[in-house]
Amino acid sequence: MLIIGEKLSIIAKRVREAMMAKDKGPIQEIAKAQAKAGAGMIDANIGPAEDGGEELMEWMVTTIQEAVQLPVCLDTTNFSALEAGLKVHNNEWGRPLINSTSNDPERFPILELGAKYNSQVIALTVGKGGLPADAEERAGIAAEIMARAMEYGVPIEDLFLDPLVLQIATTQDQALHVIKTIKMFQDLNDPPMKTVVGLSNISNGAPKHVRPILDRYYLMLLAYEGLTAAIADPVEVAEAVKTYEVIVGKTLYAHSYLEM
Amino acid sequence: MPFTPPTENYSGKVFPISIGEGDKAVSFGGENVLPFHGFEGEVPNKPLIALEIQDVPPADWPASVQEQYKDVSGDPVTWAKHCQDTLNARAIALRLVGTHPDGANRSVDDAVKTVKDVLDAISVPLIILGSNHVEKDSTVLVAVAQAAAGKPSIIGKAQEANYKTIAAAAMANNHKLIAMSELDINLSKQLNILIGQMGFAKENLITDPMASALGYGLEYTYSVMERIRLAALTQNDDTMQPPMMGDVGMYVWKTKETQAAEADLPEWGTLAERGVAWEAVTATALMVSGAELLIMRHPKAVEAVDKLIGEMEG
Repeated sequence: MLIIGEKLSIIAKRVREAMMAKDKGPIQEIAKAQAKAGAGMIDANIGPAEDGGEELMEWMVTTIQEAVQLPVCLDTTNFSALEAGLKVHNNEWGRPLINSTSNDPERFPILELGAKYNSQVIALTVGKGGLPADAEERAGIAAEIMARAMEYGVPIEDLFLDPLVLQIATTQDQALHVIKTIKMFQDLNDPPMKTVVGLSNISNGAPKHVRPILDRYYLMLLAYEGLTAAIADPVEVAEAVKTYEVIVGKTLYAHSYLEM
Repeated sequence: MPFTPPTENYSGKVFPISIGEGDKAVSFGGENVLPFHGFEGEVPNKPLIALEIQDVPPADWPASVQEQYKDVSGDPVTWAKHCQDTLNARAIALRLVGTHPDGANRSVDDAVKTVKDVLDAISVPLIILGSNHVEKDSTVLVAVAQAAAGKPSIIGKAQEANYKTIAAAAMANNHKLIAMSELDINLSKQLNILIGQMGFAKENLITDPMASALGYGLEYTYSVMERIRLAALTQNDDTMQPPMMGDVGMYVWKTKETQAAEADLPEWGTLAERGVAWEAVTATALMVSGAELLIMRHPKAVEAVDKLIGEMEG
């Protein structure tokens, strides 16, 4: 399973300060720690970034890729910041991923970027209206996005469908709907569609000590349904992911498997 | 439309091992496909066969294979030179079986002298094997690793109970190391991890999952080797990517089939041919399951396997 390291987010104070000061040190340190813990990609979340977004994303992508040989997940709603980041992304370490398009017409142009820069794209299965009620509704939206991706010239193999994980503290029934959705998404195509979640959404609003527990167990249930990738804290989920891969036979067991 | 055979792509690759100097240098491993699947990828090296010699005369070898070395096996140096110069061995495996406490119980100093003498006499690479006695090997192999410093060799076998000292000595003296576990794929991986955690480069390791002879558990070795190789290639598991060794001769020439007299079992055919066939077939099976380094005894069996390797590689 691909873990996309979530720690470089503008929401975190230390990261935000480093972004504002263009201080590479903390950014590269966090990127390296995530790579060491098993991240296969690093998320660069610069928020809406209305002022100076282009420059910031460009700086983030190059700063991260100076430190780790991994692709970057470019996370912002700012179209031109995404484009600036894609232009400097070093594809030698893997293709970039854009976070995200959706079924909201305002987000359609993101697909143009995917096609133009040969990038993979996360598609959040929500529309302009309210949140999807269940797995069927999410699958319906996914089908519309898939059709649109093809129109824009993004191969659907390059789409990562995101069912939108919601917080269990307020919408408990959605947790199970999302698990079912992961299975349903895969059936939309052959080969199966790729899927991704923003894992920590599940524990948003829960007490701090409970959050990692909710995250890890939820990830295991999603993984067993065939989840391709998760945006998560690699340190927090590393043991769970390694154990999962041993249990399903993707890694050969040895007593020291957790140390590898 | 012409038929295009389907091919597999693998994510992993076996580490290549190179040993020896100048035109006597040899390499094995390095492929990114299953054994002899050169049509699917890269197979830079063919399997290496090393001829086995001992520090003491091979009194426990069956007569038909003793006979092959009767004029030379009284002295390891003469024996080694015979293998190199007359039999054109590409590598020699010196087994210090005489150091075993239940056998001749030769001293560490005796072993060191034998190793130095053999190294001075030959130019092909040397594989230095202990007696498989856990405690004795941990002193003998450490001493011979130091004695062979400056002539990088392959040292073995390190096991779970003695790997620390042996691996440290191999690392300090720039040798390759054989890691042996007893027919258990998970323990084999675990031993490679433990040796790696000492700082020993996995690229200098050779995995010995323990050989067995045809009719005596060969299918267990075959299966373990095959699964190790699949983990290396399909799961890109770098702890399982060292090349593998088959210690063929010592298991084959213990079996009844290589020793029972023709007079007693005429339906089994000529004893001489039977033993050679037994060693060649065992070696071939292990090669097909993934072994890149074979330790063998009978020159005719080696010749047969060499011929087969040539034909398989086309």
